[in-house]
Amino acid sequence: MLIWNRAKILYIKKINWHLCLIFAAISSQPILTSMTWKQVFSSSIGRKLTMGLTGIFLITFLIVHMGINACMWAAVYFKDDHGEMFNKAANFMGSMVVIRIIEFGLFFFIFLHIIQGYMLTVYNRSKRAVGYAVDYGSKGSKWYSRSMGLLGTLILLFLIIHWLHFWIPSRFTGVEEVEYNGVKMHNMFALMQTTFQQLWVVILYVLGCISLGYHLAHGFQSAFKTIGVHNKRYQTMLTGLGYAFAIVVPFVFAMMPITMYLGWVK
Amino acid sequence: MEHYNMSLHLKVWRQNNSRDKGHFENYKVDGISSEMSFLEMFDVLNERLITEGKEPIAFDHDCREGICGMCSMYINGKPHGPWKSNTVCQLHMRAYKDGDTIVVEPWRANAFPVIKDLMVDRSAFDRIVQAGGYISVNTGNAVDGNSLPIEKDKADASFAAAMCIGCGACVAACKNSSAMLFLSAKVAHLALLPQGEPERKKRVVSMVAQMDKEGFGACTNTGACEATCPKDISLSNIARLNQEYLIASLTADK
Repeated sequence: MLIWNRAKILYIKKINWHLCLIFAAISSQPILTSMTWKQVFSSSIGRKLTMGLTGIFLITFLIVHMGINACMWAAVYFKDDHGEMFNKAANFMGSMVVIRIIEFGLFFFIFLHIIQGYMLTVYNRSKRAVGYAVDYGSKGSKWYSRSMGLLGTLILLFLIIHWLHFWIPSRFTGVEEVEYNGVKMHNMFALMQTTFQQLWVVILYVLGCISLGYHLAHGFQSAFKTIGVHNKRYQTMLTGLGYAFAIVVPFVFAMMPITMYLGWVK
Repeated sequence: MEHYNMSLHLKVWRQNNSRDKGHFENYKVDGISSEMSFLEMFDVLNERLITEGKEPIAFDHDCREGICGMCSMYINGKPHGPWKSNTVCQLHMRAYKDGDTIVVEPWRANAFPVIKDLMVDRSAFDRIVQAGGYISVNTGNAVDGNSLPIEKDKADASFAAAMCIGCGACVAACKNSSAMLFLSAKVAHLALLPQGEPERKKRVVSMVAQMDKEGFGACTNTGACEATCPKDISLSNIARLNQEYLIASLTADK
């Protein structure tokens, strides 16, 4: 400790900054040798890790959600489908035990992503008490990379309306039923048709998808950087893949209410 | 390039000490040569202020050749001014034209309290380096360079990270006031070399803990730091830091 103090004195006197580092190195300066999980996940990198890992989980969920919903377009190609393929796919997802268990995980991760996201935004904003008169703005970064909190909030507002439209009726308040080969199931296709007859709902869903697109444009590649992908080869690939994902997935989602509203899917 | 003189309107942040609220003050400077550096322009202004019996503007500077990392001015919304890969001392007045208005502010971050005017206390960076940015070797004569072979790619990547001069522009540019680019450069340059191997895990854990303690924010990968860095430190160093931290935490002894 004496050596460390000596180093500090040297440092304060600014006698020799390099000498000070050598003193620090050989002295008994306390250096962490162990880490609790709490320490890991409450550190600035750990908080980001939570965002990145939950984000990647939600990205995989989007693929599944998009795939199931895309079954609605079977009604365009098969004249006698009338939403049968979509209803069966939705019923499979809603009735399978494993999927229902994963659904709990999904909600847990969604809320973890939301809560940690807000906490991180507040944490980061608190680090600059006095702001700049002239903002750095978009001179060094994309606007959507700096607006993840705002985009996330727009997605959350959309999600609440989306849950009220489909998830709550399906799980709690009930949906009109339809029978295929003696098996009764929710007619989610009919519910979609009714919901997407209103123009304001369609516009809201499209706006929700645009917010999701911009959120993914930054979030996708950022999540992989956060979990430590630093190789140039993968970073280039993941950035390209991220932009493609951010355009394709929200576009496919947005086309669902649009095609229903325009009467292309019956 | 043709030489010309110019008159400029300066809006400079003045603050007596860390407790003072601070304010902007307007100055008009005439006869500024396009061949002067930005700091020389401030020298001209300060000479005039001293002659007028006023308090000169305090600003940090040392080598004035872009390698010490002391100069730190946030000019018209960008750390180190408009030029890319450049420090304030290497910014020349030919970047401006006659009649321009220039707003000059100090680095803004809670971890960098203003000492006076445009000077900020960046000792938080020193404490982060002290927490682990070193290697434990017995000192003595310099070891022969060829006694420890290091592949060229790694040596180059390490050197590119070691280029960091610790000026703090990354913190100033970051919307979260995060010091992650600085820290990642310090961690990466040692993690890439065999000399850095013994303390590899302890280093990243201690340095991240110290960074959080100093009051810097968390990184959100916006890339503003990389865009403003005078030494072009790559953002991929942050991803490397994340990997180092993840490995250290997953393989911690207890």
